[in-house]
Amino acid sequence: MTAPLIELKNVTKRFGNHTVLDRLNLTVFEGDITTIIGKSGGGKSVLLKHIIGLLRPDEGDILINNKRFKEMTRKEQTQFKRQTSYMFQNNALFDSLTVFENIALPLREKTRMREDAIKSKVMAKIDQMELSHEVIHKYPSQISGGMQKRVALARALITEPKIIFFDEPTTGLDPLRKNAVLGMISHYQKKIGFTALLVSHDIPDVFFISNRVAIIDNGRIIFQGKPIELEQSENPVVHDFIRGQINLKDDLTGLNTKQEVMDLLNQEMDRANRLQANFPVIMFTIDNMTQINKHVGYITAQRIVQCLSTLLKEHFGAAGTSARFSQNEILMVLPHTDIKEAEKDLNELAVDLQKQEIFQAKSYPKACLSFSVSAGLSETKQGTDTDSLIGQALSNQKIIAHVECIKQGETA
Amino acid sequence: MQTGTDYMAQATNAVIAPFNWLGGLFVAFIRELGAIAIFFTHAFCLIFSLPLQVNKTIQQIFFIGAKSILIILLVGLFTGMVLGLQGYYTLVKFGSEGVLGAAVALSLIRELGPVMTAIMIIARAGSSMAAEIGIMRISEQIDALDTMDINPIRFLVSPRIVASLISFPLLTAIFNVIGIIGGYLSGVCLLGINSGIYFYRIESNVLMQDISGGFVKSLVFGIIVSTICCYQGYFTHMRPGGFGAKGVSLATTSAVVLSCVLVLIVDYVLTSFLL
Repeated sequence: MTAPLIELKNVTKRFGNHTVLDRLNLTVFEGDITTIIGKSGGGKSVLLKHIIGLLRPDEGDILINNKRFKEMTRKEQTQFKRQTSYMFQNNALFDSLTVFENIALPLREKTRMREDAIKSKVMAKIDQMELSHEVIHKYPSQISGGMQKRVALARALITEPKIIFFDEPTTGLDPLRKNAVLGMISHYQKKIGFTALLVSHDIPDVFFISNRVAIIDNGRIIFQGKPIELEQSENPVVHDFIRGQINLKDDLTGLNTKQEVMDLLNQEMDRANRLQANFPVIMFTIDNMTQINKHVGYITAQRIVQCLSTLLKEHFGAAGTSARFSQNEILMVLPHTDIKEAEKDLNELAVDLQKQEIFQAKSYPKACLSFSVSAGLSETKQGTDTDSLIGQALSNQKIIAHVECIKQGETA
Repeated sequence: MQTGTDYMAQATNAVIAPFNWLGGLFVAFIRELGAIAIFFTHAFCLIFSLPLQVNKTIQQIFFIGAKSILIILLVGLFTGMVLGLQGYYTLVKFGSEGVLGAAVALSLIRELGPVMTAIMIIARAGSSMAAEIGIMRISEQIDALDTMDINPIRFLVSPRIVASLISFPLLTAIFNVIGIIGGYLSGVCLLGINSGIYFYRIESNVLMQDISGGFVKSLVFGIIVSTICCYQGYFTHMRPGGFGAKGVSLATTSAVVLSCVLVLIVDYVLTSFLL
């Protein structure tokens, strides 16, 4: 393994009584894209500002090429600074300079290049960033946020730096541009070979371009390593963190996480065993989820899940806890109900569900789409475990609502 | 139960507290002046670092100097006219309205010219200097300069100091000339003083010493105004109790107030040395 380019050892920083970085250790290798992820307010930007020298640590050392930053001579510090670029979270473009002047500024101030050489270099960068030529005479406040990001990226790349720090380069961009910016970083990194240090919370998108990932939590790095190591990590804090970020989408459907419902199920089964009482669980499956995704899109698929979850709340109310079990499965636990009651509620739900707009074939005039929702009921018995309970529910599944494909010209 | 010593201690505290407060205020003021002096030295030395920032300095001269000419003309004209009017009614009581020209010219060249010019530039250019640099600070543009290894003080402050050093004396000179013409308008054209006497008295009474004194004043004011306004903007983020836009507004206010007050104080001190 190559020697570390930047190393942080036991770095501590306090603002007043608030400890932002708490004996933090981090290693950055040359030629890598290292991504730091963490909650907002977790000290990610502060960490970057320490490495670039905008902030000084209260305790601990920052080593550049195995040399302590504070022991480096002024000349060495300047030399390090000249090799770096920083892309700020809010771009920090000079708002009284035009786009062209913004990108040209580092060249005009720090090199003795001739004006026409500067111009051709800036224009080349502008073309690379797919910015139109009309943009160059506009001021940063006159262009869109996505364009500002690209101008900031162009300004960061113009000096051909060896190390680039990106402070949330994709925040505030639409998904297409987000991938474009990440792709751009990865592309130029391969082409030019700079070392990149990213701060982001675009999980899991950033993993695809990163060689190393570090997670910062409460001012400390709780994990650093390759993305693949991260996915296989046994560390529960790391796991919770990643899942917490990814499961954000389920907050929109109002469903619980799988972990939560499994905890509840285990707990209730223990209780049921003790009290010799049984309770039912229902497993809902949306069939043909891949086809829905393919023909009418991810949003509709998500809406079907959302519609189902809303109806579950209406019909079962507080008695049931439902969770996204897998992409197309919802598990519902009904701890204080008996199976008869659950069956009755389920039948009512089935009628109601079929009436929903989303289950009418005419809602999808352009696609020939068939899909269905099945539900299966099973009851706990003495001595059963969760796996067999869920397996039982799956094997009991019957279709409760469906949409049939209509060919063009037919009516429902 | 309160003992005699407790009571004594409390009473002493009550007497001392206001002095403590006053002393603290004074120490803070002196510290601030010290910081401003260091800031100025830093920026002044960077003026001479190569390559010289000619373009940026010319832009600032245009902004601070050229764009202030109209307002200086207007204010100068009316100041001179008022001086002519007031001076005439005072002098006529002693039958010495002939020296009106000298009175108008001397008060303008020695005092009113440099001071009024400084105050007008504070209002016009000083406030915008503080606000512009303050906004650059809060939107991390100054940090961005730092990461590009561009010295922000050299980039932002030095050209403004040079521009002020060039603009202030020139604007003061314009103010003086137009003020004397204003005095001529009200004294000669309206109130009927002999026009030859007006200019003869000016010529015989105004010495080179008066003019160079006014020149020194305008140079000093130029330094004070540009340094304080840039300083307040530059350290907007260090200001207690004001963040973001509020911080910039506070910085602008204190830049204007502090530079006006200092201009008047320094004017007195300089006058007492120059006389």
